[in-house]
Amino acid sequence: MDEATINHLLIVGGVLGGLLIVAPGLIWLERRLLALWQDRYGPNRAGPFGVLIVLADTIKLFFKEDWIPPFADKVVFVMAPAIVMITVFFSFVIIPFAPGIIVTDLNIGILFFLAMSSMGAYSIILGGWASNNKYSLLGAMRGAAQMISYEVFMGLALMGTVLLANSFSLVDIIEAQRGMWFVIPQFVGFVIFFIAGIAETHRLPFDIPEAESELVAGFHSEYSGMKFGMFFVGEYLGITLISSLTVCLFFGGWLGPDFLPPLVWFVLKTFAFIALFILLRASLPRPRYDQLMEFGWKILLPLTLINLMITAGVVLMREG
Amino acid sequence: MQLAFYITSAIAVIATVMVITNHNLIHALLYLVVSFLAVAVVFYLLGAPFVAALEVIIYAGAIVVLIIFVIMMLNLKEEAVAQERQWLSRGIITGPALLSLVLLAELIYIIVGAQVAPSDAQIVDSKAVGMSLYGPYVIGVELSGILLMAGIVGAYHLGRQKKKIVHRFLEEEAS
Repeated sequence: MDEATINHLLIVGGVLGGLLIVAPGLIWLERRLLALWQDRYGPNRAGPFGVLIVLADTIKLFFKEDWIPPFADKVVFVMAPAIVMITVFFSFVIIPFAPGIIVTDLNIGILFFLAMSSMGAYSIILGGWASNNKYSLLGAMRGAAQMISYEVFMGLALMGTVLLANSFSLVDIIEAQRGMWFVIPQFVGFVIFFIAGIAETHRLPFDIPEAESELVAGFHSEYSGMKFGMFFVGEYLGITLISSLTVCLFFGGWLGPDFLPPLVWFVLKTFAFIALFILLRASLPRPRYDQLMEFGWKILLPLTLINLMITAGVVLMREG
Repeated sequence: MQLAFYITSAIAVIATVMVITNHNLIHALLYLVVSFLAVAVVFYLLGAPFVAALEVIIYAGAIVVLIIFVIMMLNLKEEAVAQERQWLSRGIITGPALLSLVLLAELIYIIVGAQVAPSDAQIVDSKAVGMSLYGPYVIGVELSGILLMAGIVGAYHLGRQKKKIVHRFLEEEAS
């Protein structure tokens, strides 16, 4: 193997390993931050600051009984949690962490992410359907409708940055932000993308597919053990993905003053957004299902279309 | 590259056959997703990455999800499987299968004879797609826009909500 191949394999392994450490770490971070904002301690017994609670949780999940309900569609039931992990991991392929640290710089970068996120919807739909349980089915149908609708605004909100950078590739988009971060000319796009990102990862306040107070646990009611764990980890990886994409698209990715290396800037910015995700969970109530859909189609869609038209007009004027 | 192309095409064909012959609707739709993904890979290998991405986003991502959504609403279970099994009797398949076999034979003959022009593997990026869509094919774009508009107006008409009356005393005011 020549040096380039080894380098590439190192990057792939580093990204994969980093994500596998970050995802459980986030579970601890979320519980500690929630506790902080709710004026209590949170996990603080196992290890320093309770970090080892994650290890304990993982061991517990692995040793739980792996129960497949006899009324479930077995093949689809087993497949569903794998889909969410696969699609999220695939999406990280196009994320540039620092100059040169990227698995592959596809020329259709953003479209690849959109494709993977739309494939991710299958894990919810199939998981809920295969469980053969009315609460799961209701959760799955809500999830399907929510994810398809919010994908539309998500894609359209990104097109503003694509227009400004004149490329679908994330590396080009970050390079185009040397003068000014895109959050300033594309503020509307940023807000809509972030809202749609929360809906895509079905996090609170948009966790309607798994609303505990109405649907037991929604689409994953029947899942236990590590299969449930995969849905759980997939959700945290989804948060990391949306945060790092927001950073890449609107906050200049690895760009930052010289006193810190680019990778550190990227990680710092990403963690700021992850903390924002957790703060949203701590502070906002869950809307009703029809309110969510109305908000999407009646407010976000017109706003994104207007934003896209104005951006396109400005770009045309500047060129012409 | 050539080998990858043949493998993905084979997957696409097998998955599509499985879509037709599967008795369970959701399983059939999963094969349909696989078939779309395989077609997307074929597009990518032929140098059309933009079309490949759209194939996954629109067909595998949105349209099949909508079909699954409808099927989940109908909540079809064992009786549907039995009905499918009944419909897919051998007598019904024979005719179309024979005709497709003739087509397949022709296709193999053409490929083996290399009668087709070799593909000049030119990469069609998103810009080229946009240029041709809004250049020579603009009338098609506009026509499909009008069609979608009609669909949206129709959906709005069907889904229009009546004004909600929260109390019977307010009924007279509303009417």
